[in-house]
Amino acid sequence: MTSSIEEKENETKEGVHLIAFVVEDRPGVMARVTGLIRRRNFNITQISVARTHIENYTRMTFVVQGDSRTLEQVIKQLRKQVEVLKVSELKPETSVARELALVKVRSTDITARNEIIQYINIFRGTIIDVSPSSLICEVTGDSKKIDAFLKLLGPFGIIEVARTGTTALVRGAEASPKIPETPYIEYT
Amino acid sequence: MPFIKGSEAIAESFKREGVKHIFGITGGAIMIVYDALLEHEKSGEINNILCRHEQTAAHAAEGYARACGKVGVCMATSGPGATNLVTGIADAWMDSSPIVAFTGQVPTSLIGGDAFQEADIIGITMPIVKTNFQIRRVKDIPTIIKMAFQIARSGRPGPVLVDLPKDIQINEDEVYFLEGELDIPGYTPNIKGHPLQIKRAAEALLRAERPLIISGGGIVHSEASPELVELVEMLGIPVVTTYMSKGTIPENHPYCLGVVGMHGRMCANLNINQADLILAAGMRFDDRITGKLDTFLPTSKIIHIDIDSAEIGKNVEVDYPIVGDAKTVLRQLIEALKTMIAGGSNGEKRTAWQNRVKEMREACDCLDEYEPVTPIKPQYLMKEINSILDDDTVVVTGVGRNQAWAAHYLERMNPRTFICSGGLGTMGFGFPASLGAKVAKPDSWVIDVDGDGSFLMTCQDLATSVVENIPITVVILDDRSLGMVRQWQSLFFEKRYVETDLGNVPDFVKLAEAYGLEGIRIENPSELGPALRKAKNADQTVIIDVVIDRDENILPMVPAGGRTDQPIPCKPWPRRYNK
Repeated sequence: MTSSIEEKENETKEGVHLIAFVVEDRPGVMARVTGLIRRRNFNITQISVARTHIENYTRMTFVVQGDSRTLEQVIKQLRKQVEVLKVSELKPETSVARELALVKVRSTDITARNEIIQYINIFRGTIIDVSPSSLICEVTGDSKKIDAFLKLLGPFGIIEVARTGTTALVRGAEASPKIPETPYIEYT
Repeated sequence: MPFIKGSEAIAESFKREGVKHIFGITGGAIMIVYDALLEHEKSGEINNILCRHEQTAAHAAEGYARACGKVGVCMATSGPGATNLVTGIADAWMDSSPIVAFTGQVPTSLIGGDAFQEADIIGITMPIVKTNFQIRRVKDIPTIIKMAFQIARSGRPGPVLVDLPKDIQINEDEVYFLEGELDIPGYTPNIKGHPLQIKRAAEALLRAERPLIISGGGIVHSEASPELVELVEMLGIPVVTTYMSKGTIPENHPYCLGVVGMHGRMCANLNINQADLILAAGMRFDDRITGKLDTFLPTSKIIHIDIDSAEIGKNVEVDYPIVGDAKTVLRQLIEALKTMIAGGSNGEKRTAWQNRVKEMREACDCLDEYEPVTPIKPQYLMKEINSILDDDTVVVTGVGRNQAWAAHYLERMNPRTFICSGGLGTMGFGFPASLGAKVAKPDSWVIDVDGDGSFLMTCQDLATSVVENIPITVVILDDRSLGMVRQWQSLFFEKRYVETDLGNVPDFVKLAEAYGLEGIRIENPSELGPALRKAKNADQTVIIDVVIDRDENILPMVPAGGRTDQPIPCKPWPRRYNK
C-alpha cells in the first residue's frame, strides 16, 4: 500500500520533464506548437529545434515544467497537431541530455586568464575566440553543469552568454521518437 | 490533366469532395474562385448562398454540418471577410463541428507587407482549428483541399481553414487530382477501443449497481444512437445527455433523464452523483456539466470513451479510459457484454436504482403545471412548441435562457434535431445555423427558438433567407433584455440590473415586413398555437415575437462553480431525492 501512496505523490509532484518530438518541416509549425503551449497554460523553460538527418523532418526538444498530468496533456495536445508525427518523453535515467553554452568572459590580466583556462579544461570546454581583454569558450553538458561553470566564471566578469536549449537522445539502439514510415506528403 | 487555373482546380476539388452548398460572401481576394464556380452553379452542381455577414456564413456552415453530418463549407474574402468568420470557426471548434472555411488572401508576393485587406488569418485561427493551410503553389491545391476535408470530417470532427492567396487562384499549373483517402503521417485517429479496456469496462458495467451513462456530442458525430439505445436497454442503464447530444436517445424513453448540468433537469442532476459507475461517451466533462470539479462524481468509477485521447484525463480522472470512435467502442462493449451475460441475467441488483430514476423522471415532467397566463410563461411557450414538433423537426436555439428552456423542455426523438452553440455559447448562432440546417434538411421544419438579444446579433441575414429562399420559423422569446445575465443579476447581484435592458426596440413585426416577411407579435397565450401552425406551413420565413415574462427564471440552476447535484430547484423537491 505504501508504494502506491508514494506513486500517487510522485505523480502530482511538480517537476521538469524532457519531451522530444519530430515534426514535418513546414511553414508555421514552430508557431503552431509554441502557440499551443501558451494557450493551454503550460510552462516551457527550454526549446531546441533543428533539422534531422532525414529531409523534411525537424526534431524539437522542450523542457516542460509541471506535474505528471500537465506532462500528459502537453504530450497529447502536441500529438493532435497534424505536423507533429511522434512525441516521446525522455526520462533522465534512460537518456542523455546536453546543452551548449558559448560564454564570453573578461580576461584582462594573465592570472585571470590562466585561471579561466583551468576552469575551461576542468569542464572540458574549448576556447574558440581570444581578444586582448576577453575570450569566448564553448562548454557542453547538462543544464546543471553549465550553471556551475557560469557560477565559477562569474567573478571574472561574464560579458555575455548564449545557451542552447537542452537537446537529448534516448540511450540504446532504438530511436525515440521514431520517424514514421508513412511517406511525406508533398506540399509547401 | 492539362494546365489549369488555380480557381478551376479549387472548383474541381469542391466537386470531388461532394460540396453542394457554399455559404459565403465574395470580395476582392476571393472573387476569382467565385468566378470559377459560376459554371458549376449554372449546371446546378454547386449552390452558392450569398450571406450578409461572414459570421453568418460560418454559423450556417456549422448548422448545415450539424443537421446532416456532412462537412459544411463557408467562404470569405481576405482581411475583414476572414476575421468575420472567426467567431463561427471558434464555435465549430468548441462543438467539434466539421466545417472547412476558405479565405481569400493577398497575393503571396504581398503577404507580410500589411497590404490592403491583409490579415494573418492562419495565425489568428491557429488556436481554433484542427489545422489550417495556406496554399502556396497551384499544384498543391488538390492535395491540400483533400486533406482539409478529410481532417475536418474524420476523427474528432472540427473546423479546418484553407487560405487562398490571390495569385494562387489566378495562376496556371499542371494539376493532378488524387483518388481515395490520403495517408496523413501525423494524423491517425484511433477508431477501435483497446480489447483489454473493453473487457475491463464491460466487467465494471456488469458489476455496477447504479450505473449511469452520460451521452455526449460524440454520439451524434459517430452516429452511435442505435448502439447507445441498445446498450441502455440491454442493461437497463439510465442516460443523461449534454446539450450537444440531446436526442441521441429518444427523450420519451423511460431511461432518458434528459439534459444534465448547469440548467439540467432535476432527475439528471440529482442522480449523477448517486451513480456508482459513470459511462461517459463522446463528452469532455465541460464545466457546465461538472460544476465544481471536486464535488463531481465523488464516489463513482468512470469509464470514459473519446476519440480524442487528450480529452481523457483532462478535467476528470478516469478509471477506464477507452480511446476510440463512440460507435465502434459501444458496439465492442455490447458484443463483450453479450458473451458475459450469456451465462444468465444479472439485472436484479439494479432494480432499486432503476425504480428510483424512473420515479424521479416522472416527477420531473412538470410542463402541464404551466397555465396560459399573460405575460406568457416561457415554459408554457415550450409546451406549445412541443405539441407541434415533428420527430424530424430541427430545433435550433440562440444562446441564453431561450437555449436553456428549449434544452430543458423540448422533447427530441432523434440526433441532429437539436442544434445549439454548446461550448462557445455564441449569441447570434441560432438564426444563421437555422438557415444552414434548412439547407441540409429542406424537407424538415426548422425552428429557431431564439432570444431577442441573440437574434438581433445576426438578424441582417433575414435577407439571405428571402433571397436564397430558405424558409424557417423564428420564435423570439422577447423579454427586451439580455435575460440570462439579468437572471444572474437577479439571483446573485441583488437585482442590480446593469446593461441588460435592451429598451423597447425593435418592432419585430416591422422588421420582418422590411424584408417582405410576415411577423406575428403575441402577447396572448391562446394565439401561440395558431401562429406556430401558420409558420410551420408557411413557404417563407415567419418571425413569431412572443412577449414573455422577463422575471420568470430558468430553473433549476447550478450557480457557476456550484455542485451539480445541488441546483437551485424549480420547485420544492422531496428530501428523499437528495440522498
